Order: sequence, then C-alpha cells, then structure tokens
Amino acid sequence: MGNVRKTLDLILVSVLPLFLLSCKKDNYSAPNIHLKGNIVYNGENINVSYNDVTFQLWEPGWGKLTPINVTVNQDGSYSALLFKGKYKLVFPPGAGPFIPEKDKNSGNDTIYIDLQTDMNLDINVTPYYLIKNSQFSFTSTDSTVHAKFKIQKIISDSLISQGVESVTLYISKTNWVDGRTSIASSTISGSSIVDTNNVSLSVRIPSMVPVQHYVFARIGLKITNIGKMIFSPIEEIDF
Amino acid sequence: MIFATSILFTNFWFSCTKDNLLNQNPTNILLNDQVWTDPSLAYSVLADLYDRVPEYQELQQYWNFADFDEAFPSNYGDYWRVQHQDYDYSSWNYWDYGYVRDINLFIQKCRESNLPHDDKSRFLAEARFLRANVYFELVKRMGGVPLLLDTMEYNFSGDASYLQHPRAKESEVYDFIINELDTAAQDLPKDPSIKSRATWGAALAMKCRAALYAGSIAKYGTTTPQVSLPGGEVGIPASLAGKYYRIALNSAEELIGSGEYGLYMKHPEDLSTNFADLFLDKNNNPEVIWAKDYKLKYRTTQFTVQNQPHSLTEEGAVSGFLNPSLNLVQSFEKLDNTFDTFATKDPATGKYILYDNINDIFKNRDARLSGTVILPGSQFKGRAVDIWAGYILPDGTIISGSSFGQSGILPGESNPSQVVGFDGPIDGLEHGTQTGFYIRKYLDPTPSAGQIGTGSDVWWIRYRYGEVLLNAAEASFELGILDSAAFFINQIRQRAGFTIPLTPAEITFDRIVHERKVELAFEGQELWDMKRWRLAHKVWNGENSDLTNQPGKSDAISTKMFGLWPYKIYDPGQPDNGKWVFKKVIPSVVTQPHRFRLGNYYSQIDPNILANNPKLIQNPNQ
Repeated sequence: MGNVRKTLDLILVSVLPLFLLSCKKDNYSAPNIHLKGNIVYNGENINVSYNDVTFQLWEPGWGKLTPINVTVNQDGSYSALLFKGKYKLVFPPGAGPFIPEKDKNSGNDTIYIDLQTDMNLDINVTPYYLIKNSQFSFTSTDSTVHAKFKIQKIISDSLISQGVESVTLYISKTNWVDGRTSIASSTISGSSIVDTNNVSLSVRIPSMVPVQHYVFARIGLKITNIGKMIFSPIEEIDF
Repeated sequence: MIFATSILFTNFWFSCTKDNLLNQNPTNILLNDQVWTDPSLAYSVLADLYDRVPEYQELQQYWNFADFDEAFPSNYGDYWRVQHQDYDYSSWNYWDYGYVRDINLFIQKCRESNLPHDDKSRFLAEARFLRANVYFELVKRMGGVPLLLDTMEYNFSGDASYLQHPRAKESEVYDFIINELDTAAQDLPKDPSIKSRATWGAALAMKCRAALYAGSIAKYGTTTPQVSLPGGEVGIPASLAGKYYRIALNSAEELIGSGEYGLYMKHPEDLSTNFADLFLDKNNNPEVIWAKDYKLKYRTTQFTVQNQPHSLTEEGAVSGFLNPSLNLVQSFEKLDNTFDTFATKDPATGKYILYDNINDIFKNRDARLSGTVILPGSQFKGRAVDIWAGYILPDGTIISGSSFGQSGILPGESNPSQVVGFDGPIDGLEHGTQTGFYIRKYLDPTPSAGQIGTGSDVWWIRYRYGEVLLNAAEASFELGILDSAAFFINQIRQRAGFTIPLTPAEITFDRIVHERKVELAFEGQELWDMKRWRLAHKVWNGENSDLTNQPGKSDAISTKMFGLWPYKIYDPGQPDNGKWVFKKVIPSVVTQPHRFRLGNYYSQIDPNILANNPKLIQNPNQ
C-alpha cells in the first residue's frame, strides 16, 4: 500500500503543473489596439444622434463571418478596441445621414485597414446636408432658447437627396440630445423654410423637476426618405 | 469464486440470447410502417404539427402584449419592456425550417401512404394549410424566405452548397400562401363547428388576411422606400396592390356570403358582456373560425391567473399583469361616432371636473371598451372591483397608501379607514394595476380558472368572422368601393353599440386603422398591422411625447403608456364629498419612449444562418 501511495503522490505532483499550464493555454490576451477617429466631411465632424450610426468591421479568415459593430458618438467620433489584424470597414446602407466615399478606381466604399498598432483614422463621407454656424441664445423674460443656423446643401442630385423634410430645435436636461430625450422641441417643415442661410427656431424651456439652471440644445435636420438625421453640435445653455 | 462467476456469466449468456431482450419493439419511437397504416397514429403526428404553430402574442405568452402601447406590464421582471428605447433588430425573428421540414416530410409520406382515401386527403390538406401558415409567419416577420416545398437530403459528398437556397421574393411567398390555401381548401371540411382543426373557412380567412397584408405592403411600402431590397426579398411592387386587395375582398365576400359564420350576438341586451363572451363561449360560437383550444386537466393557460384583478384573485398569489393603457382606453369612441380624450379638467378654469359616480366618465362609449377592459366601478365574476387611487382634499392634498387597500387616518377622523383601492392603482406596486385598468378580454370568470393548479381552458382565437368583416372593409376602401367599406364596417360597429352608421364618405384610412385597433386589441394583430401600414416607425417614433389628444388619428404618436387614476373627494359635510376626479398619469416605471426603427420592419436574420448559407441576404437598415 505504501508503494501505491507513493505512486499516487508522484502522479499528482507531475499532473498538477499540467493543470496550471493548460489554464494558461486557455486564456487569450485582451484586445489592445485602438482604432479611433471621426466621421468627417472636408475635415469637419458629422454630428449624429447617439446609438444610431454604426459601421461594421469585418475580419476575413474566420469560418463564420459576423461583423464587429462600432457606434459613432454624437460628435462624430468613434473608438474601438481590437486585436491586430486586417479589417474591412463598411457602412451598411442607410447607416447615417451621409453617403460613404467611394474609391475612385474600384468604385467600392469598403475601407481596408491593416491594424498593427494604435491607429487614428478619420473616415470621409458626404453628408446630404450640414447645419452650419449654429448659434444659441437665451432670453430670461420668457425662458426661451433661440437658435439661428444655416442649412448647407452638400448633395444636390435630387435623385439621391430628396430635400429637407423638417428641422427641429431640441432641448434636453442632459447632453444626450434628440427627440428621445428632449423635454421640449420646436419643428418647422422643410417646405416652410424661406431662406436656408438664415433659419431661426425657438422653444420655451418647460419647468423641470428637480429644478436645474441649464439645458442642452441641438438642431436636428430630417431628410426626406432618409432614416438618420443630421445634427448641429450640442450647446449647453446656462441660466 | 470462479465457479460463481461462471454461473452468473452463463445466466447472462442465456438471457441475452432469449428473443425478448434483443427483439423488443421500441416503446418511444413510432416507425413509418406503423404510422402510415393507422389513421389515428398519422393523426397524432399531425396533431404535433398543429401544436407547433408559431405565435408571438397569445394567451400562453401574454407578457408580449406589453411590448407596444396596448398594456403596461405590472410585474417587476417585465418592467424592462417600458424601459428600453429601441427594439433589438432580431426581435420577433423566426427561422424554424426544422418545422417546415417536418411538415414537408408529413406531406411526402402521407402522399406515398395507403391510408384510407378520406383520411389521406384531409390530412394532406391540413398539412398544406399548416405549411401555408408557417410561411405566413415567416414572411410576416422576415420578408421573402427560401421557399422549400420538398424535403432535402444530404448526400454526404462533402459539398453542401446544393442545399443552399436563396430567399424568394416577398411577393412570391405571399403568392405561394394564397395558392396553397386555395388548393388545401378544396379538401378541407366545410364545417363551421370544427374550430381547432383546419377547415374550408379557416383556409379562406387566412388567405384573406394574407392577401390583405400583401396589398398593404405593396401600397404603403411606397412611403418607406428604404425598407426594401433590390432583389424583391423585401418590398412588394406598388403595382400589385390592387391585385392583392381584390383577392382579399373576394375571399372575404366568399366566406361572408357562405353564411357559415356570423357575428357573436348571444347577449344583445348587454353588448359589453356580449363582446367579452365572444372570446369565452365555446358552445356553438358562430364567430370563431380557427382557434388554439385548451382543455381542463389536459392543457390550460395561466392567462386568467396572471391577469385577474388583485382583489379577486382566487389564491391571493399573482394577479394584475396586463394593465390596459389610457392610450388604448381613450381610443374607444363616443357613441355619437366622435373621438375624445377623457375630460379630467375644465379647459377654461383648469379645475378638476367632478363626477358623481366613478364610472360616469366612461359612459356613452363604444361597448367594446367595457368588454375589453375592466374599468373602475365595474364588476368581474359578479363582484365589484375596487380601483381608486386615494382621497383628494379640497386643497389638492392626496391621501393614499402604498399597499393594496391600505388604511389611513383621514383629517378629522380618529379611526383609520381604507384610503386606496384593493385593486390599486398604486405606482410602482406590481401585480395590481398601475394604469387604473385591468384587462377583461380573454379573462375567464369560471370558478377555479384563476387558480394556478386548474387554470383556464379559454381558447386562443386565431381567426374570427369579425376580422373578416374588417378585412373586407379595408380591401373595399383601398379598392375605392366606399359603400362596401361602410357596409362591412358598420356591421362590426353595430355589434359594438353604435346606432349611427358611418356614411361611405366617412370611411378614411384613419377610420380603418382605428376600427381594427379597438376591435382586435389584445388579439396579436397590432404589430403586424402597424408594420404592413408602415405606421410603426411613425407611431412608435422614440419621441418623448405626451399622450395624443387625437385618438382617432392613425399616426398619433404613442411611445409611452399613460394611465387614468380616480380620486375620491374628501370634504365631509360639503356637497362635493364623495365625488370623483381623475388624473392623467404616467407610471413612474415607464422611463423610455418606444422607438421602432426602419430596420425593425423585417427582423434580422441570425448571423449564424447567414454564415451557413451565403446565398441569403440580410434584411435592410440594420
């Protein structure tokens, strides 16, 4: 029996390290390469609504293909933490209030990325419209936020861009601003806009519970038959 | 020891070679030879196929009724349904080709069998009916799908690509459903007393609904051109709308004209109870065409157990899950054919309007309101419900409680009295109403139906004559035949207590949408209707909006669910003491407005399915 015990001990001792080794073999290291940047047009960020605009990263070479979805922030920036590798970046159709840029030679809008180290990548797109020179002000007498801005048409081809459906001024309690969070908004139809260089909107700030002395304002533009809206930057209004 | 072992061994040897052990028939598998020579066994296989009909909102999955704006889920574990903004793109998806294959196998083997002729032709027709139905479920959710009508076998050659099929066009799937039901109908019994198996009437009713859906997708799809795929897998050409509407109208008229079915009208003296009983009465019910039936002791549902009013629960366990919303309740018109919200405050003075009785505010409305919803001041199972939110003092102070029927001391009193209803509403308290309403449709007043052990055998009605009338009205309207549209819709409305028929000129799209909404509330139709009219993204647009004051408008925004709470005035000795006022409230649990995105119109196909078959294209806008 003594011999058996000794053999058993020997087996245990020799096998135990294997367990440790195999645990190490099963642990993969975390992704550690950053891919960051902005969605831009002529170097200017495209402002969008939160959680709405995404693009896909596809890594070829795997048995099954499923994309990694990357969401664009309200200010047009994005970031993703990935493994090293070759990726194809593509916007699904209708992903945002813009048309992705096509490669001049291939006509393809896929962007090929060879990610070996942290990379800054600004992605060029062509928006249908841009909201420019947005200025916000506040009049305390009537507790109203006023907005003045210019609508710049970028895509003129009427087959692609079917016009402005409406423009809206949103105000929200936090800096996540669009129709989902707004506590008040003011909309006008695209057809009622007389001068696109000089559009004004105003909306009264409703009473807020609990009381706060600031709101966040933003202008959103809805394009006819396009699902995603384009926005101005968000502005905090203190009063 | 060796001797004992050899004896044991010899015994085993003998018993192993005895015929019984190795030649026994399996007791848990039915072989093809057995099934296809015995009609009862073939019928049992068919019964299993019936059992697997896909459903989304139904009595057994009642929690799904709280997904949109018909009812609030008063259960802690379901609050998430009113706390998310977006619907996952994979919501409502379905891709059970295992079920399709089993139906195809049944059809193939049944055809090859030597069953008696009558059984064979009926079983085949029923299987084809079920196959048309599963493709209807697929196309409703996913758009065009691979149309597989034969069983596929793998030849183990190492190359499975011959088994990969592309998606058919959305219109092709609808065409298949319509043609398949036409064929099946010829061999299905023309017997309206058969309710849970396929009949001529059921095939016709399904064909009517399918054609109507296809017609509306063709017509209203033009308002959402981005919801389409270039190959036609999603989207139906607008030019086909008329053809489909015509098929829908013809099918409806054939069924209506046959006289086989009719509107349930056993209690004309009480139209609300009549409407409620339509869903409960299994004896000679002329309106039910195809139902999923239940039977006490064999299979029942917990729908009544989970949804009964809190104060009337039979075991004091669960209750009050589905609370109809004010959004739905205010949609029921006044009996003079006009729409109105409930008058809670005088618009001129801003003061609360006083009601002598708690149910006065709900008077003179569509009889279906009280037949669909348990209102404050009404009864269930012959006993009064106790729905009131508390006392209100002349200065507006509220005295209420935080548990059902709680007691409190009223000003000037020394003894406690009840200060809130035993049925709520109490904000944030689950299993009682938080909107001020309980659901009545499908709620079973039979004793013991509210007990967990017994349950209710009330059936789930998939197709009924009332819907066929609505289909006929809608198809007529879309084909420009307004007097037919009025003729059909007025029959439904007459049963709902309206005495002034609508004129043909009054039939508008808003009217069609509205009538369907109030007649078919809680019948699992809302999502599919909103999708085919392309209204879903307009009504559930994610905006943080107030409750609409235009309940008759088809595109009125309805992203959050509201409630209406009754308060009793406490002003002893004064003339207003004991009168009622109402407050429009939003349950604090409702934290996010619902947003239905363009990518939700057709559910996302699981990436694993796409990976297995590269010929499949993903649905758009996702």
